Order: sequence, then C-alpha cells, then structure tokens
Amino acid sequence: MPILSWIVFLPLFGAFISLFIRRTQADALKWTGLLFSVVDFILTVILFVHFDGSRIDMQFRDGPFVWIRSLGVTFSLGVDGISILLVILTPFLSIIAIASAWNAIREKVKGFVICMLILQTGMLGVFTATDLFLFYVFWEAMLIPMYFLIGIWGGPRKIYAAVKFVLFTMFGSLLMLLGILKLYLMTSPEPGNRTTDLLTIMNLRVPPELQTWLFLAFALAFAIKVPLFPFHTWLPDAHVEAPTAGSIILAGVLLKMGTYGFLRFCLPIFPDATLAFVPLISILALIGITYGAMVAMVQKDVKSLVAYSSVAHLGFVMLGIFALTDQALTGAIMQMINHGITTGALFLLVGMIYERRHTRLISDFGGIAHVMPVFATFFLIITLASIGLPGTNGFVGEFLILLGTFKSNITYAVIGTAGIVLAAVYMLWMVQRIFYGELDKFENKSLLDLGPREKIITLPLLIMVFWIGLYPRTFIDKIEPSVRQLLSQVRDRDHHTQLVHPDRTRGIGKDRCQGSGIFSEGEIEWVSTGE
Amino acid sequence: MGFDWRIISPEIAVLATAIVLLVVDLFLKKARNTVFTSISLAGILIAMFLTFANSRHLGVGFSNIVVNDYVGFYFKIIFCLGTLLTIFTSSTYVARELRGIGEYYTLIFIATFGMMVMATSADLITIFLGLEVMSIPLYVLAGINRDRPRSREAAMKYFLLGAFSSGFLLYGIALMFGAYGSTSLIEIGRRFQVGVNYSQVLSSAGLIFILIGLGFKAALTPFHLWVPDVYEGSVAPITAFMSAGPKAAAFAALFRIFSLFSPVISDNFNTILWILAVGTMTWGNILAIAQKNIKRMLAYSSIAHAGYVMIALVAGGDAGLSAGIFYLLAYTVMNIGAFAVIILFAGRGEKLENIKDYAGFGTKYPLAGIALTVFMLSLAGIPSTAGFMGKYKIFMAAVNSGYVWLAIIGVMNSLISVWYYIGVVVAMYMLPESEQKVEVPFSTTLMVAVFIALFATLHLGLFPDRWLDLANLAGANFNWILQ
Repeated sequence: MPILSWIVFLPLFGAFISLFIRRTQADALKWTGLLFSVVDFILTVILFVHFDGSRIDMQFRDGPFVWIRSLGVTFSLGVDGISILLVILTPFLSIIAIASAWNAIREKVKGFVICMLILQTGMLGVFTATDLFLFYVFWEAMLIPMYFLIGIWGGPRKIYAAVKFVLFTMFGSLLMLLGILKLYLMTSPEPGNRTTDLLTIMNLRVPPELQTWLFLAFALAFAIKVPLFPFHTWLPDAHVEAPTAGSIILAGVLLKMGTYGFLRFCLPIFPDATLAFVPLISILALIGITYGAMVAMVQKDVKSLVAYSSVAHLGFVMLGIFALTDQALTGAIMQMINHGITTGALFLLVGMIYERRHTRLISDFGGIAHVMPVFATFFLIITLASIGLPGTNGFVGEFLILLGTFKSNITYAVIGTAGIVLAAVYMLWMVQRIFYGELDKFENKSLLDLGPREKIITLPLLIMVFWIGLYPRTFIDKIEPSVRQLLSQVRDRDHHTQLVHPDRTRGIGKDRCQGSGIFSEGEIEWVSTGE
Repeated sequence: MGFDWRIISPEIAVLATAIVLLVVDLFLKKARNTVFTSISLAGILIAMFLTFANSRHLGVGFSNIVVNDYVGFYFKIIFCLGTLLTIFTSSTYVARELRGIGEYYTLIFIATFGMMVMATSADLITIFLGLEVMSIPLYVLAGINRDRPRSREAAMKYFLLGAFSSGFLLYGIALMFGAYGSTSLIEIGRRFQVGVNYSQVLSSAGLIFILIGLGFKAALTPFHLWVPDVYEGSVAPITAFMSAGPKAAAFAALFRIFSLFSPVISDNFNTILWILAVGTMTWGNILAIAQKNIKRMLAYSSIAHAGYVMIALVAGGDAGLSAGIFYLLAYTVMNIGAFAVIILFAGRGEKLENIKDYAGFGTKYPLAGIALTVFMLSLAGIPSTAGFMGKYKIFMAAVNSGYVWLAIIGVMNSLISVWYYIGVVVAMYMLPESEQKVEVPFSTTLMVAVFIALFATLHLGLFPDRWLDLANLAGANFNWILQ
C-alpha cells in the first residue's frame, strides 16, 4: 500500500467529502474534519512504528512516477529521519486545531473544515515530496488555505495580516522557483533528460560560485518562512489576527517548513555555500533569539508575546542547524517538534481564555489561578516546557543545540544561552501577571475552569511534553542516522573544495559515533571528549 | 503547390459560419438568440475539428502566403477556444442587453477569421490583411452597445488609435520590402540567413515599425494607452474576447516574424525587446494595483501578461516560442473564465463593476466564487493552475537563454500581481456583505463557460503534458517554412 500517498491525500479527500455536506450541518462537518485528521494521524503513527531508524535513505518511497513528462517532473514521496517527526506532528496538531475550533468557529464552518484539511495535505506534501517541483507546488498550495484561515476567521486586522502573509511568503518562494529552474536546467544538457527529482539534483555538483546565488534564492524563501530575523515582521501580524486554529498550525507546523527547507535542500545541495554562510545565518539567528525575547518582553497582548517568542525559538533551531554538528542538528530537529508542541499548546490555551473573556491583554487578567486552577497548571507546565526546564521537551532540544553549537563556536553558544535566560524572564513574568497576584478584576471572578473537551484536547500535548522530556530516545533514535548522513553530505564535499577554515571542519561530525548515547552516557565526560 | 484547401479549412469554416449567420439574420423575422448561438457553436466546433484533423497536414499554399504548421495549429486552437468560450459567455448577455444579435456573432466570427489569417500567414501583406480583418469587426464590437456613451467612446478611441497603428505596421512592411525585396517571410528569412543584399538600416527600421504596429494590438507599453478605456467601455463579453484572441494573434505575427531572425538577431534589438518586456509588465502591474473597477484592473493586468509573453520573445529560440504560445493558451482560458464570472456578477446592465461590490459574493454564490478565486490565483501564477505552468515555462526559457535578470524582474512582477488579484478574493470572502440588493441573474450558458474555463485552467495546471508537447513541437519546428 502506498502509505505516504494515503497520508498526504487523505485530508484532501476529506475536504472533497466535506463539499457534499450541507453547510448548515456544522457538527457533521467538524466531525468529518476531525475524523479524517485522526485517521491520518493513525496512519502516521503506523508509519513511525515501521520506520527503520537505522537506515539513512528515503523510506516508504512512492514513485518516482512521471507526472509532467515534458518538464521532467516526477511524483515521488518519501520520508527519512529529518521529516518523519514532522510528518507525525502535522496531523497531530491538525486534530488539536480542529478540536480547538469546536466552539470558536461558528460561521462558515464548511469553509473552515475544507481549509484545514487542504492545509494539512499541503503541509504533509511539503514534508514528504522528493521532487523539487512537487515540493514547490505543495509549498505554494498551502498558502491559500492559510490565507483564507487568517482572512476569513481572523481578528480585526485580518485582511492586512492575510495579505501581508501571502506577499511575504510569495516574495521568497518566487526567487526559489528560479533557483529550482536553474537546478532543473543543470541536470542535463539534453532537454529530454532533465528532471526535478531531488535525488538526482542532490548528486549535482553545483559550482561554488553558483551555489552562493542559488543558496540565497532558496534561503530567502526559507528564512522568511522560519522566520529568521529580519524577515519576521509578517509573523506577529499573522499570529495575532489568525484564529486559534490558524495560530496553532501556523506556529506548530508552517514555520517548520522553513527550517525543514534548510535541512532538506540548502544543506545537501549547496554544501559549500552552506559553510560559507554559517557566520551570517548564525548571527542572524542569535539576533533573532535576543531580539525576539526582548520584544516579547514588552508585549501587552499574550498572543503577540507568544508570536515573538516563536521568533526566538526558531532562532535556536536555525542556530542548531548551522552549527553543523551531530547534536546540534539533532537538537534542532527535536526543537522543531518541541516548538510545535509547546507553542501550539500555548496558542490553544490563550485561545481558551480568549473565548471566555474576549481579550488577550495581559493587563486584563491577574490572579486567575484562583478561579481556574486546572488551566493555570496546564499553562504553567507548557510555559516551563517552553523555557526548557529539565524533564520537559524544551530542555532536550535546547540542550542539544547548545551542546552542538558549543563545539563549533563557543561565542555563539554563550550568546544563545543568554537567550534562554531572557526567555525565562518574559514567559514567567507573563505567567505571574496573568495567573498570580490578586484577583482584582470583576469580570475574572466568574471565569469557568476548563471543561472536559478542553482538558481532553490539552492532554495529548502535555503527554508529549513529558514523553520527549523524559524519554527522547524514542524519537532521537529515528532521526540520528539521517542527521549523520546529512552532515556527511555537507562535509564530504568540503574535502574537495577546502572552502572552510580547518578549525571549523574539525568539529563537524567528528563525534558521529557518540551521538546516540547522549542521555545514556555521562554528559560532562562526553562534552570534554568532544573538545 | 496550387490550391490546397485543406491547409485553410478551419479558416473557411469560420468564414462560412459568419456568412451563414449573416444570411440567417436576414431571413429570420424575429432574431432568436438560441438559433444564433447554436449556429455559432456548430461553426466553431467544426473549425476546431478541422484544425485537429489537419494538424499533420503541413504545408505552404496559395503562392506561399499561407502556411499550416504547428505554430499555426496551436494558435488556431487558442482562437477557437477563445471564440467558443466567448459564445458561451455572450449568449445570455447579448439577448438581455443588446440589440442586433445576428451581427454580433457575425462580427465575432469575422474577427476570428482575421486572427487565424494573421497566425498562419507566410507573408507580411497577409499578416496586415489578417490584422485589418480582425480589427475592423473589433472596432464595431467595442461600440456595439450604442446606448452607452462609454461604449461609443471606447469604439472611437480604439478605432482612431488602431488605424494609426495599422499605418505603422504598413510602413514597417514597406521598409522590409525595401530591405529584402520581398514581403514573403520565406524569402526574407532566406535572404537574411544568406546574409547578402539587404540593408541593415532598412531592415531594423522596418522591424521596429512592425513591432510598434503589432505591439499596439498586443498591448505592449508604451502602446497600451487605449487598453484601459476600451476594456472598460466595451461590453464585458467583448472585453474578454479582445483580451485573449487579438492579443494572441498579434503575438503570433510577432513570433513568426522575429523567429526568422532568431539565432542571430542583433543584441541592440534584443535590448529593445528586453526593455519593452520589463516596461510592459511593470507598468501594467503597478497601474493595476490602483484600479477599483474590475474590468480596468484586468485591462492593466492584460498589459502585464503581454509583458510575460514578451519575456518569451526575448528568450527566443524554440524554448521561448513554445513557452510563449503555451502561455497564451493558458491566458486565454483563465482570462475568459475570469470574465465569465465577472459578467455573471455584473448583473443586469453591468451595474456591479467595482471590486468592492463583490463583498460577500463568495458565500452568496459559492460555485462562481470558487471559480473566480481559481482564475485569480491562476492569473497570479499560483501552482496547480494554468497560469503557473505558463510562467514556469516562460521563466525557464529566460533562465535557459541566460536572461536571469529578466526572469527575476518577471517573478517580482508576479509578486506585485498577487497583490491585486488577491484583492478580488479579499472582497469576495473577507469584506462584510454589502447592503445593496442587486439581483444577479443566473445563466446556464455562462456557467458552461465558467466550467469549461475552470476545467481547462486546472487541466493545464495539473496535467499539461499534451499541450506542452504540442507547444514544444511547434517550438522545435518554428523555422520549418524556411526548409
């Protein structure tokens, strides 16, 4: 059974089915959406269980089938360690997003469900496509439902936010399209033999000079999506205006498409350029970490606070990717998942309180832990996970990233660590102002605590927080070999071109055998052997 | 070769239909719309069938003035499709809004005949004849709604400027004759390739005049000034018709003439084309942003699209030609599709023409709303639509020929265009529903047009192989008449 095609296109089929349900039957529509997401999620779990963590190649490959012969476009899907977790994360968060909208979305439910399902197909397609053209189609196709989600069900400035989101993303991706075209044209001098198949393109030896330009074309598209400082300005607008479900997907999955793009395309196809751009991107990532944290600190609106915290968190992921060491890259992938879970959860919880009070201003709350104890507990746990307390998922990701970065560049690691402190400041301060202190606002006195539906939605996220926090090997084991393979793709070519200072190459992938033992061996010892 | 009727059989079918329509109009006591629609449909389908049937029957005929090759074949398909869609979009509209149904269809068919002549001529004089046969009915059609002052103004403007541009074309042809001693494209091509006995100055000047004359019809900046007023003033189905076929016909002539000089055309001349391409798309896109009237917006957008096709002309060679003609096909279906929905939304007497008037239409008319969304996204070049595939091919041709900066300017223009196309979608779905109640009369034929265009847009976007192959075939044989 071509399981990947099923996973990718099942939501689309669900959207098609939804077309035939009358728009007055809101419940039937929501259940259809939920059902298809749940089945999709079950399929991805099956995929995960059968995924062979020791292999480094693409697994469960569908295709390559010829799609557009005259353009050399193939339809081919596959997963490896880099994408497998993102593939599970997508339907997982989609379920939560649809469930979160159960009461919040009352108008145009049909359109909402269809958008959510198409969006899901788009995102899954992005993570599984192993053809550049196919990837681009999914990459752009998921823009449209997201645009509708923000623009139709969003807040007061929804149109501005939606259009800004589309234009920013398109700006980057159009240049990437030219990059894809150039790579396609390079695959063969014969027009008939050209292809956009990713594996063929990965084997291309792109001249270093050209690599720089193509890297920039791809990196811009991904950097806007991540968003890397200074391309982040669309993000707060989109997040603040998007409905809760949209924010969950946007923060949880969509941003990961950017970091995933770096891992999947920039690193292996343009290794020389990657090494050359390490300082620039690392510095931008560090600016993002500190800038995001500082701006988050002064936000009045909880949602925009969480949005700016995303800028900081994704800065960490970028730092990890461009540290180009085993641990840092593994940590970056884990952090992508962690950020999806914690930030998704934060937006979910913020959405719950917004449904009750119709405000998100921090100053409108205060002391609500007295009336909403369960909510406060949940929120605190997620907050702690977000700032990376040991025992939660956030710790695993950030620790690995910093560890890996420490090996490649101590300065970056030190500045990055400072960012964690800042994160603790703004998150905990926000929690303090919202939940503790005196319950002085009249409107807050009658707030109801979470109902059963809300508890059930939040619970899976909490489970994941502790699962990854306490036993990350379930996941890390599946991704490590692919990470090593990716790094060797970057590094092996380095031997031929000698672009990079020998000091830096020393750190890269040196400790490949020790990677899987991060949490079983003594940490301190292991750090010292690395140096 | 004598009289090989097969190579012009589609043209004959179209012209015959025009005559039949004229005669029927004469004998029918009361003009019946269904009769005209049926005759028109039958005529265009026969023409389409003949085009396909004779697609492999290549040849030059009638003393080397008409050529049936793959390029001509492709363009004939574009024209037939454009006319077919126009008939569907017109049917209800004409019966409702206009007097003189018979002449309306007759003129459309004569114009289509003119386009076909333009696309299949192997002689500059025939190109000119085709252009005039196409243009004169269009001047009339632009002003066919005599009761509306804007319509009359449009016709007048179009006629005056059009006549002027025809003069340019004719002058260019005269100069070319001076340079090469022949108006036959075959002769000109041969003499150019041999490289003797022609005057460089006369040849370049002639080409520039021809470029101006045809550029007017193709709506290239700075020859585009008539476009917004004429598009806004004409009745909507005619605007749709004008935006697709005549533009494609002008490009057909441009491609045919310029591909004669293709491999060795001088750098200076390519610079002119380069500037025209950049100017056309940028100017069109930037002005389109400011438009409130949707027909005017699409007028400027059609200028921008001409700019994209110009990229293909600059890129040149077989890749450029095949990209250009594929793009024109894609543009024809998506643009007429968009106009079909606009005609539907405009209501009786074309009252709703502003983008803002569409507030809430997305939920009020779900099917038409989705269709217009797809057309807008396709015009903007979002993947899985015809517009994207066309742009992909054009930018590929540009990158392949080394015009990377042109491609970058092209994609940035594409980005600008997203802004205003998305504006229509914003109005339909995101603005609060307006108070005014304007009845939008439903029309079956219009919906047929919408569905054909929608199907074609998605088909060309998702499974374009067949049409890409034909375009590539046309591109690979673009110099076939010279051999």
